Amino acid sequence: MALSDWRRLADEANKRNGAEGASPAERAKPNPPGYFEGESMTRRRAFTIAAQGLGGLAGAAVVLPAVGFAVAPIFHRGKERWEAVGPVGDFVEDTYRQVVFTETEGIGDAGKTTAYVRKGSKQLGEDPKSIVAVSNRCAHLGCPVRFVEAAGNFICPCHGGVYDFQGKRIGGPPVRPLDHFQARIRNGQVELGPRYSVTSQLEPVRARDPGEFTGGVWEYLYPPRPSTFPPP
Amino acid sequence: MKLDSLIPAPLRKPAKPGQGNGAKGAAPADLKTAPPERASDAKRLGDQAKDAPADVLAWVDQRTAASGFLTGMLYRKVPKGTNWFYTLGSATLIAFVVQATTGVFLAMFYTPSTTQAYASISHINNDVFLGQFVHGMHKWGSSVMVILVFLHMGRTFFFGAYKYPRELNWVIGVVLLILTMTMAFTGYLLPFDQRSFWASVVGININGTGPVVGPYLSDFLRAGPELGATTLSRFYAIHMLLVPGAIIALIGAHLYLVVKLGTTAPPWLRADKPKVAEPIARLDAGAGSNGSGG
Repeated sequence: MALSDWRRLADEANKRNGAEGASPAERAKPNPPGYFEGESMTRRRAFTIAAQGLGGLAGAAVVLPAVGFAVAPIFHRGKERWEAVGPVGDFVEDTYRQVVFTETEGIGDAGKTTAYVRKGSKQLGEDPKSIVAVSNRCAHLGCPVRFVEAAGNFICPCHGGVYDFQGKRIGGPPVRPLDHFQARIRNGQVELGPRYSVTSQLEPVRARDPGEFTGGVWEYLYPPRPSTFPPP
Repeated sequence: MKLDSLIPAPLRKPAKPGQGNGAKGAAPADLKTAPPERASDAKRLGDQAKDAPADVLAWVDQRTAASGFLTGMLYRKVPKGTNWFYTLGSATLIAFVVQATTGVFLAMFYTPSTTQAYASISHINNDVFLGQFVHGMHKWGSSVMVILVFLHMGRTFFFGAYKYPRELNWVIGVVLLILTMTMAFTGYLLPFDQRSFWASVVGININGTGPVVGPYLSDFLRAGPELGATTLSRFYAIHMLLVPGAIIALIGAHLYLVVKLGTTAPPWLRADKPKVAEPIARLDAGAGSNGSGG
């Protein structure tokens, strides 16, 4: 080949790798070790990305299971539990009878809760064969309310919440009526089951924590939790 | 000066620039001049014993270069007008150290189980030697720490000490405040008596009133839909493992920034007029006139 041919080949190579037009200082800079024609990434950069990627994977392999372990209870729903609280004959329609039963197992007395139970009342437009079980957990912040027979109201000792005979809020800071428990009659015994909340019109919804509104747009602002049971 | 000789040489106050021969620390003349060959054996041994602490420190310092950091931190300049209000941060730190120490010893007797927690606290209070005292320090110390944090925060706010360049330290301080409140909240459940049980029920339900995330947050805190057996161990783990680690790390960052940036003068002191204002102005003017010509 003639000298002009070599020169032409060199010019083409310069164009390909971008050396053409670079400053003299840049053109004089030696290529890093291992450089080859047409490489898209230097060896150093490839190793940096690989090391950071592997480090990230190793970190995620430790952190993700640990975080999942800690938040798993949010998505876990326990076994549905029913407990007999007395024969049907014990309950009347015009007043409540207080019963204590276990809501959370494994923690002794701390897992027990109180419900006020009566038969459905015809005067209030309820099915007389049904059983109404009202939770004593205040819908404000969860203090235990007490049914005051003389007034026919539920009254909370903590911040003065007052509920009427059906558990609807009539005064104080609570944001919704008292919760209910699912109730059924088996072999002449009244059995109480999972908790559910109600709207201000007493329509059943999934159980909410105290302090959370129910019904309408609140169903989206306080979304139902996977750890609760569907309403009856 | 008499007191200064008690401080090992590596930790002495560095000489001001332009004083002495420029070597760090005052010349430890008393350690170097005594000619050992003329001293009696007893005197020589005494001198060696006197040198020992300094030698150990020098040995460590040669390998860690920690004395530069320590003297820089201990002898850093503080502004005029520094007063008792500036001790509230250290007081909070001491309160945290007391909580950490008493907490470690309480953990030796406490059982984080729903059936045994109350009994173990009764055991600490009634049977263990000084148990009620240590428990009381931890219980009342938590209130003291919360109060001190707020006083420290108020000092920082009213003295304007949160302003540039100390905004990041204010942010770290706010996170430390939240972590302190988390400690107070999770610690309250641990005795597992009626008061702590219902206070935690109410506290968790207040968490639940936050829109959208609230219900899940309260489920996370309880480890389920109701306060149960795992709630107590969860609170215990948060109280003694998770949050203290974060607090220690953030206190480190907080102190680093305090030492790095220095403290502020109280707002009622006017800044000193710079004595060298005149020459600097002339130098600036000179540089400006020469301008781009150079």
